[in-house]
Amino acid sequence: MPNDILATFTVRRLTILNENGNVDDALMPVLSETEIRRMYELMILTRTFDERAQALQREGRLGTYPSTLGQEAAQIGSALALHHSDWVFPSFREMGVQLTLGYPIHRLLQYWSGDERGQVSPENFNIFPMCLSVGTHIPHAVGAAMAARYRRDPVVVVAYFGDGATSKGDFHEGFNLAGVFRLPVVFICQNNQWAISVPLKGQTASASLAQKAIGFGFEGVQVDGNDVFAVHRAATEAIEKARSGGGATFIECLTYRMADHTTADDASRYRSPDDVAIWRAKDPIMRLERFMDLRGMLKDGYVEQTKTFATSTIDEAVRTMEAIPPPLTAEMFDHTCAVLNPRQVRQREGG
Amino acid sequence: MTSTSEMTYRDALNMALREEMSRDPSVVVWGEDVALYEGAFKVTRGLLAEFGEERIKDTPISENTIVGVAVGAAMGGLRPVAELMTVNFALLAMDQIVNHMAKIRSMFGGQTFLPMVVRMPGGGGSQLAAQHSQSLESYFMHCPGLHIAYPSTPADAKGLLKSAIRDNNPVIFLEHELLYNSTGEVPNDPEFLVPFGQANVIRSGTDVTIVAYARMTILALQAAADLEKEGISCEIVDLRTFSPLDTETIIESARKTGRAVVVEECWRTAGLGGDIAHRIHEACFDTLLAPVKRVAGLDVPMPYSRKIEKICIPRAETIADAVREVVSRKY
Repeated sequence: MPNDILATFTVRRLTILNENGNVDDALMPVLSETEIRRMYELMILTRTFDERAQALQREGRLGTYPSTLGQEAAQIGSALALHHSDWVFPSFREMGVQLTLGYPIHRLLQYWSGDERGQVSPENFNIFPMCLSVGTHIPHAVGAAMAARYRRDPVVVVAYFGDGATSKGDFHEGFNLAGVFRLPVVFICQNNQWAISVPLKGQTASASLAQKAIGFGFEGVQVDGNDVFAVHRAATEAIEKARSGGGATFIECLTYRMADHTTADDASRYRSPDDVAIWRAKDPIMRLERFMDLRGMLKDGYVEQTKTFATSTIDEAVRTMEAIPPPLTAEMFDHTCAVLNPRQVRQREGG
Repeated sequence: MTSTSEMTYRDALNMALREEMSRDPSVVVWGEDVALYEGAFKVTRGLLAEFGEERIKDTPISENTIVGVAVGAAMGGLRPVAELMTVNFALLAMDQIVNHMAKIRSMFGGQTFLPMVVRMPGGGGSQLAAQHSQSLESYFMHCPGLHIAYPSTPADAKGLLKSAIRDNNPVIFLEHELLYNSTGEVPNDPEFLVPFGQANVIRSGTDVTIVAYARMTILALQAAADLEKEGISCEIVDLRTFSPLDTETIIESARKTGRAVVVEECWRTAGLGGDIAHRIHEACFDTLLAPVKRVAGLDVPMPYSRKIEKICIPRAETIADAVREVVSRKY
């Protein structure tokens, strides 16, 4: 009786920039000094936004907030690979992506202050609302890709989510459709290794998340998620593959959630500070700084200037956000339906 | 006089899909077995041949994602009509329906409409047992943000589905499995639309108002014919849509007759009939001659046995009995 090997599979893992700031020249993407500075400045902007948002939450000026600390390379590296016309379906921890794409900072803060109007994208921005449910926007991204294909719109659709989402039916069903219909979609998982208190090993027995794509008939690749160059290279390749009709790709960015799940969490109750310290040494901004330092790119107070500019940018956004009048009570009805029914009309009028 | 053709409820739905797909290239139909197989109930017959596989697309068996991709496609500029094989499988898609389809417009700060329809056959009476015979209309009606239709006649099936597809609201479109072969005159006009939120007084009467929908309307008509022989004159209000609900027509009729019976196929407990009965009580309390009576499904999982199944779903006899009770005020 035949007992043949039907198929074998491999999973790639990509690292370009090591913790000492050295790169693998053969794998290093072609980036100008200006482009590398832009990566650094966006990472600093994202971290500054994050620090300020956490402080504002503690002062009661924002609601519950999920920190992006430590995930800057995964977010900025991938978002810089997008065209402005591409469509992005974020989860709730991708403020670095939104900042990279130029989403108004005060609107991000407005949303986290508890105001849905902050989710209204400016004209010509194809950023969909943050998805607070875990992984449920994966089918939306797939559907948007189906719509784009049908309309002959040459865009790529990118969905961001975390490791916890890979346990959801939406992930498996959405991936399956993306494979069956060979859709122009790129799935980017920021595997920060924690879903609130559940570590990765409690989420899956799989050796990687990337390999889950193989079962759906398209490539999955794991990248060092704290290596902005590796993320950028993998995302650029996947996005261009999707754009040229090559179908979906799944990119697992292996990173670490340095902060609590949200400001409503206390991670010290369930994880060791030693584990966090290991990952602090792999900090994505520090790695890029070391690379830039080796190339003499940090001279003349560049780091301080970058941080000062980021702080003043965020300061201004906070002022703009806090000057926005809160929504009126009646406004909550306005977006419920295209036309309200008579009972809703009475409720809107306070009856 | 506009021209009409006699056709089945199934063919009227097919006509609506065909006309809307011809009229608007952004209308697509996606679901399980909708293409080559032409739908589990053959509602999509001929559409693959006419419109091609990009617009009539078979999906894998992933109900939550069938609705989810329709949500994404609607945000991406299409008017998707998703088909779930039956309403029972909508339970797998309730997260996408309730948390996304109904809420995205609101959570997006009103930036986008969600012009999509999810069609789903439902209802009991085909001996399909507990998991395939359900009437879940109250589940959907409870959720703000959804528009919901449930036609009783072929003409309404055409007119409501066309309105649903053109509507900028997300629409749950229920179809009754036992009505697919029912026939009636259907306007041939491709601009024939039945607006949402307009109930239909399908029979005028003076003694009692029967509020019903879908197959319950057909049963109410049978009951009314029997009751007429006893000298009881029934007015029947066919709801057509649950959301928006045409409370005005219901109340106007109940004021006129002074009595009302609300018929629903779904389970009695927390069923939509309770909400409608309350609206009548609240508006007509001073003029009602009797408390509003409800006729509803029994609160059990649907039995497999054909004999027992019949007892669980309202019948013309149970509707007639309820009317007699209301008219004679025997409570």
